[in-house]
Amino acid sequence: MIQFFSDVWDIITKYYPQLLQGVGKTLLLALTGTVIGLIIGILTGILRTAPLSKNLFLRILHKAANGIIAAYVEIFRGTPMMVQAMVIFWGYAFATGGNTLPLTLSGIIIVSINTGAYMAEIVRGGIISIDKGQFEGAAAVGMTHGQTMLHVIIPQLMRNILPSVSNEFVINIKDTSVLNVIGVAELYYMSDIIKRQNFKTFQTYFVVCVIYFIMTFTVTRILRLIEKKLEGKENYTIFGSQSDPDAEIHVEKGA
Amino acid sequence: MNTNETVFEIKHLQKQFGDHEVLRDINMTVRRGEVVSIIGASGSGKSTLLRCVNLLETPSDGEILYKGQNIQTGIPSLSRYRAEVGMVFQQFNLFNNMTVLQNCVSPQKLVLGRGNNEALETARHFLKKVGMEQFINAKPRQLSGGQKQRVAIARALSMSPEVILFDEPTSALDPEMVGEVLSVMRSLANEGLTMLVVTHEMSFARDVSNRVVFMDQGVIEEDNSPEVIFNNPEKQRTREFLSRVLGN
Repeated sequence: MIQFFSDVWDIITKYYPQLLQGVGKTLLLALTGTVIGLIIGILTGILRTAPLSKNLFLRILHKAANGIIAAYVEIFRGTPMMVQAMVIFWGYAFATGGNTLPLTLSGIIIVSINTGAYMAEIVRGGIISIDKGQFEGAAAVGMTHGQTMLHVIIPQLMRNILPSVSNEFVINIKDTSVLNVIGVAELYYMSDIIKRQNFKTFQTYFVVCVIYFIMTFTVTRILRLIEKKLEGKENYTIFGSQSDPDAEIHVEKGA
Repeated sequence: MNTNETVFEIKHLQKQFGDHEVLRDINMTVRRGEVVSIIGASGSGKSTLLRCVNLLETPSDGEILYKGQNIQTGIPSLSRYRAEVGMVFQQFNLFNNMTVLQNCVSPQKLVLGRGNNEALETARHFLKKVGMEQFINAKPRQLSGGQKQRVAIARALSMSPEVILFDEPTSALDPEMVGEVLSVMRSLANEGLTMLVVTHEMSFARDVSNRVVFMDQGVIEEDNSPEVIFNNPEKQRTREFLSRVLGN
């Protein structure tokens, strides 16, 4: 037992630069992948819930785009990210006659596309779940569909989907480990290298396991705090109340 | 004010959802400054009529003229038209992500292109008018139904509309809150705002409106002054409906 802890301590003290480098790369991949995936999700979600145009050409174009999005979602949700990584990375090499993209860039592309497929569904569900009355209320004062989305629907959508987005982020912290198959130097890949140097397989992966948990746990707590913040205050100030310094009109920019 | 100016002229309006014919040959005229109450049983097509007027529903046939222009083919901008023809819903439909003040300010800026100061001033003027100026910082979920509906009325008024359509504005409210909303509507009527009101409040229809339209099974059964409708209706169906809802 004492031997085990001393091995663990050795790994931490000896390999902490590699481990930290792995942590950094893992967080970079997970964060950029989640953000880009969310952007993909919002764009596709808006497109898929937008009313069809009266113009025949635009209508056909819109329907075609919807079909492509649906296929994209099905394919990337229905295959493992590890396989997607191999297909995209080596597919690019095949198509360009042997060129490869930089590893980190490849990793970001793969995680983003994969996350985008899940986000597309999360955003679509989020838009559908917003009360139809919000759209009608906006239409009745003369807002266009674009204005309605930007000023009324998306702010409510962001609040509604935040728990699911947080969840995707945590999943990505863990799932970026599969990118080791193309050699991206994230945390799992680093631990593989360490293990080959010290031959202490169990001890090395134990350390890595704890590090993954610390990352996901911390991120979960931080995101929970942000969710609470976005919920907003439960009370409001009566305008003209003299006991409360906040009781004056604040109009946020763009109100 | 020219009270004879025609605001709406509805001709042979028809609306069907699939095989179900909700409106059959509706013909009516609304002149400036008139308060027209539309009454009738549930499912008689009252709300659908109102929703066709501001094109939340597309009419299946017939035409609706707004100041002589066909609203489907003859108006320059649907956005502008809807700003001129306000609507107040049964379920309020306030923007949940905005405060009371933002609800009234942001449509003015987005749709009418008003500047910040003008929009703020207008919004505060009408929020005061409906007695909600103290609650400008509140979010809709923090308000009672009656308060929400008063804000919704202020939002519609802030767009400086020609007409406001009211779609059962008190039907989702607790009984003790109906009064506060009706009194706001009453004062608007007295100021000469043109109003088209779908309602189950018979006292409002009788005391406030200039005309009462009774709808039954997708047609206008009777279109008369409140005195005639409530004291001596011409049609048997009107008589039956009123005796049912008034309980005598």
